[in-house]
Amino acid sequence: MSRIARQLSFIFASALFVGALVATAQAKDKVKVGFIGPLTGGVSANGLGGRNSADLAVKLRNADAKAKYEYEFVVLDDECKPNVAVQVATKMAADKEIVAAATHYCSATAIATVDVYHKFGFPIIVWGAVLPDITYRAKYAEVHRVNGTMINQNDANAELISKIGFKNVVVIHDTTDYGKGHNEYFSKAFAKLGGKIVGTFGVTADQQDFTAELTQIKALNPEVIYFGGLTPIGVRIRSQMDKLGIKAVFDGTSGIVSDAFIQGLGPLAEGSLAFREGAPTEKLPGGKFFMENYAAQKYDNPPEAYGAFSFAAMDLILDSIEKVGPDRKKVIEELANVTERDSIVGKVTFDDHGQNTVAVITKYVVQDGKFVEWDDSEYATGKRKLPGQK
Amino acid sequence: MDVGLIAQYVMNGLMLGMMYTLVAVGFTLFFGVLDIIKFSHGDVLTVGAFTALATYIGLRSAGVGSTPLLLLAMLVVAILAMAALGMLIARYLVMPLRSAPALNTLLITLMLGTVLRELLRLFYPQGANPKPFPALLPTASINLGQFNLRLDNALMLAAGGLAIVGLQLLLNRTKLGLAIRAVAQDEETARTMGVNFTAVVLITFAIGSALAAYAGIMNGLYYNEINFGMGLYLGVIGFAAAIIGGLGSIYGAILGGFLFAALQTIGTVALPFASAYKDVFAFTVVIALIAWRPTGLIQEKISERV
Repeated sequence: MSRIARQLSFIFASALFVGALVATAQAKDKVKVGFIGPLTGGVSANGLGGRNSADLAVKLRNADAKAKYEYEFVVLDDECKPNVAVQVATKMAADKEIVAAATHYCSATAIATVDVYHKFGFPIIVWGAVLPDITYRAKYAEVHRVNGTMINQNDANAELISKIGFKNVVVIHDTTDYGKGHNEYFSKAFAKLGGKIVGTFGVTADQQDFTAELTQIKALNPEVIYFGGLTPIGVRIRSQMDKLGIKAVFDGTSGIVSDAFIQGLGPLAEGSLAFREGAPTEKLPGGKFFMENYAAQKYDNPPEAYGAFSFAAMDLILDSIEKVGPDRKKVIEELANVTERDSIVGKVTFDDHGQNTVAVITKYVVQDGKFVEWDDSEYATGKRKLPGQK
Repeated sequence: MDVGLIAQYVMNGLMLGMMYTLVAVGFTLFFGVLDIIKFSHGDVLTVGAFTALATYIGLRSAGVGSTPLLLLAMLVVAILAMAALGMLIARYLVMPLRSAPALNTLLITLMLGTVLRELLRLFYPQGANPKPFPALLPTASINLGQFNLRLDNALMLAAGGLAIVGLQLLLNRTKLGLAIRAVAQDEETARTMGVNFTAVVLITFAIGSALAAYAGIMNGLYYNEINFGMGLYLGVIGFAAAIIGGLGSIYGAILGGFLFAALQTIGTVALPFASAYKDVFAFTVVIALIAWRPTGLIQEKISERV
């Protein structure tokens, strides 16, 4: 070893030593919190956005000198597949060191795992999945959800299209619990308003070719094609509609509210409708705060539509742990008392099923490559028209 | 049913069938020369499509605006790159396993497929999202009642047909084709007759993988959207098509590809239950066909009995 190298290593060693001293001087108890979402596969853009947002909540808390604990962030990937989700949920819930977690973007994975969380007494807050059954099928004290359910969003959807004057709608939905749920609630809501569902098509969640279904739909000549599913096949269906010369309005759900939808379609995305619970991130009470801090971390991916919810879910968990300590039972009791709690997504109140009772639904239309709120759009003022809009 | 509508279904089915066929032909070629199943074939197709897209984006930002030139560059780059990738896979993964059980090759290529897929997702910018693929062919269309015939679809169908005819001529009319067929029939005899076995295998993998790149670009132009997972599904269908047609036979692959597309279309249109079951229907028929003709509809002239 040369002299310079020896000197350098000495300097490093002393630096490490001093660093270690400083670290022990202010050491806090370490507490683990978890996150589960789809980090690989077709909807991973949303999963990564959610993970970054939860990570941001943990980082901000760790940077806060007043925090009682130092939080360690454990991330697992459910791939948006129920079988994988049950495995990772069991893994996380069985790890006694992890106190609570923000879990799941996909409804199919969230509904598959609620029993696991209940069995292990593991408190979770769902940050993105919208199937009502996740909180309402059973009354599990462990399961909470910060975002709304698909019932509200489909009511708003049906109301908007019948208000515009559309009567004939074809439904395409994926055959997961998510897509089937959307189909059910939308069809009910639209029928109640006097609309007519002229055809319903179930498709698999990784299907590539929709020309056969769309050719049949073309013959049915609907004014609107309602799509209950997620971004990847939403992009495919919309672009294949164009190939077959179908002029109907593409009416999506919260599943397509993502930058990836617009990126994947380019100008074809124009005039697509979509709905989501809660207000848009930039209009949320803490939206600006969230977006600024998110940008400061320089994550590779944008937060996407549910990032703010993921942040809020993780923040609620951290608040509860700060208050009652890293104990699962106490955290569950604490979460049951959440009423009118301020968060970056607005006030949060969990009902007796752990469901946040937000009724706000935001209606979106794609205008010039952006999801614009319907009421602010040129489509609402009549300056632009959807295909077939009177 | 309306005639225009039927024509539309037939056109949809033909396009699908052409893509399945191009994939199935690759499976059949590889099986022909080496008696192996290469499961990464579908993912090579995806990599080909992404290579073409990257070429397009690169050339566009370099200021190239001419559509024919762009398309040509995409085809050339993607096909050459995939041919090279195919040769690399053959040389360093498949050939060293020649004396190992065939299962090992199957497994190793299956894993390679996953590696390719995940690499694309991780290292292509925003690779997890579906990517828009440019429409570079003329999009003029004729409307005949319910039938919407688009020029780009017709062109792609013709291009796919030409590729297959070209391959057929290559196999039957050239010395290289003769060598490939010789190796396929009997490796040892071919060697004693002075055929360079390694070269023939590498070239066959290059051809098969080039066809996959071609199919990948066609897929992108047809759907105007590509994603990192598209090859998996196409690979499974291409493989199934090659099997029902008869592994090792080009005609079998063509028959299998179009048959599978027809089954899927029929599954959606003519059956009373929901279209969600079209794959269940198509694969059930495939199972029945395989049970009925285990060596495929068109059998190899000399089939190996184990």
